[in-house]
Amino acid sequence: MRLLPLGDTAWTVEFGDRVDPALHGRVLGLLDALEKAKADEEFVGVVDLVPTFRSLTVCYDPSACDGARLGETLRNLAEKAGAARREGRHWHIPVCFDDDLAPDLADLAQAKGLTREAVIDLLTRTTFQVYMIGFMPGFPYMGGLPAELEMPRLSTPRQAVPARSLAVAGAMCAIYPWESPGGWRLLGRTPVPLFSAQNEASPSLLASGDEVRWRAIARSEFTELEAAAARGGLSRDSLLVKG
Amino acid sequence: MSDSGSIEVVETGLLNTVQDLGRPGLRKFGVGSAGAMDGFALAAANLMVGNPIGAAGIEVTTFPFRIRINARRRIAATGADARFVVGDQMLPPWWSIRVEPGTEIRFEAPRHGMRGYLAVAGGIAVAEVLGSRSTDLKAGFGGADGRMLERGQSLPLGSREGDCSAGWDCFGIAPPEKRMPLMPPLDVGDGTTVVRVLPAAEHGELTDEARTAFWTSEWQLSTSSNRVGYRLVGPALRLHRPIELLSHGILPGVIQLPPSGQPMIQMSDANTCGGYPKIGLVIGADLWRLAQVRLGRRIRFVEVSLAQALAARDELDAALAAIRRTTSRLLTKTGWPAN
Repeated sequence: MRLLPLGDTAWTVEFGDRVDPALHGRVLGLLDALEKAKADEEFVGVVDLVPTFRSLTVCYDPSACDGARLGETLRNLAEKAGAARREGRHWHIPVCFDDDLAPDLADLAQAKGLTREAVIDLLTRTTFQVYMIGFMPGFPYMGGLPAELEMPRLSTPRQAVPARSLAVAGAMCAIYPWESPGGWRLLGRTPVPLFSAQNEASPSLLASGDEVRWRAIARSEFTELEAAAARGGLSRDSLLVKG
Repeated sequence: MSDSGSIEVVETGLLNTVQDLGRPGLRKFGVGSAGAMDGFALAAANLMVGNPIGAAGIEVTTFPFRIRINARRRIAATGADARFVVGDQMLPPWWSIRVEPGTEIRFEAPRHGMRGYLAVAGGIAVAEVLGSRSTDLKAGFGGADGRMLERGQSLPLGSREGDCSAGWDCFGIAPPEKRMPLMPPLDVGDGTTVVRVLPAAEHGELTDEARTAFWTSEWQLSTSSNRVGYRLVGPALRLHRPIELLSHGILPGVIQLPPSGQPMIQMSDANTCGGYPKIGLVIGADLWRLAQVRLGRRIRFVEVSLAQALAARDELDAALAAIRRTTSRLLTKTGWPAN
């Protein structure tokens, strides 16, 4: 564990340098401990907690607290919090794999010597772990992609990846919440919005520590759900796996 | 909103946006803070019209910029040394003036500095998104429909507090460089702006040669710099060994070293995470000064300690507190407009 200063407004607690569920478990353990303790006096002035694959960045307001003391408190807590593993939420997210929504699916299948259906089967049988949200609002970096589907990014990124595209690159899987430039390979599209600026408490659908499975849907259901989402009639709760 | 008044954009260019002091605390959702690049200038402009420091104003990066105001309001312009023309009257920057409905306000290209700020009493009352009125251009929300301002657009004004007819019709305050003796020189004319930097996690990975070059070179601000980040042009910096890092959380002010060896500085629209090695961090108290460096001009880094960074922050807070005291007297006419 290393405590790295990030200027006069943040500390990064680094647990290692790999993408590894056990390492990420320690990140989540510290995140949990801090969220429970955030009302305590020693954490007054903490303004944001940013989990990544292998670290937690703690942003603070230096006029509201003593940064050096906060750093020491974080170091102690990080050592104590150990490998506590919190329970994330479990999501079932519908994805349509029609060719026009999945422009790289055929190429990836061919490159890997698989059928299109075999790729979809691998994707929908896998449980993905959300490691972190970043790059753009609501963008989830997810691990767990089967090794059979690993491929590098496109050599020439697209100027505009359509919003809500399911994408893979290397060992990672993600959904682009917004239309944006991007070099990941596009294998499908979800009708579910990944970000809602109106949801003040939780604007991002997914959070670090959540688990996600894809549910293959037909075009008709995709169109229906997309229309429901557009009029605000798609509840997040309906996507959660209970129990 | 007609009862509260509005302003109309008469002439604008790229990247002029509605900004307040940003939306902190949402980086875990991938949402950057956005907000005024020169937060000090916006805060001061707000105080000069009797607003809270965090009211929304307009950040002007492309000149000329013209608006028409459809209400009797006090306005103030700060930031870059833009020629600020109200009706047919030319005013220096860091002035506050009461204007009548129908008045046209024009910002001409600044002689120094990069960004001008306009505050109007009552603030720009676009809808708050996630606790802020700042425009997030990357995600496309906040401000005026998440976009840069367009000609012909009308922006609602908030209801003003207090009595508009109190206070001096027109007053100025001293610009910030006169208030902060700890601050290194600002770019005036052809000078180089010196910004204060704390070494960051991978600073020790720079070769000896690169470390010397980092601290002694004059870095030119590339013309591809923007609100997301500044790209610097200078000697290529090398590390002892190539480092590929998994992302860490990053913030405005972080200086990263991509494989090109040319440093980048994250600014107000910074990404929330990034994997390039971090060699330094521009202290919070100097981000507003960096915001005023013009594209193509030069900057130099000077290393400071954490204690110095905190002292600089205190100095900035004290300067703002002094502006608050001065303006509250001028706005109630209990003080003289001289400063």
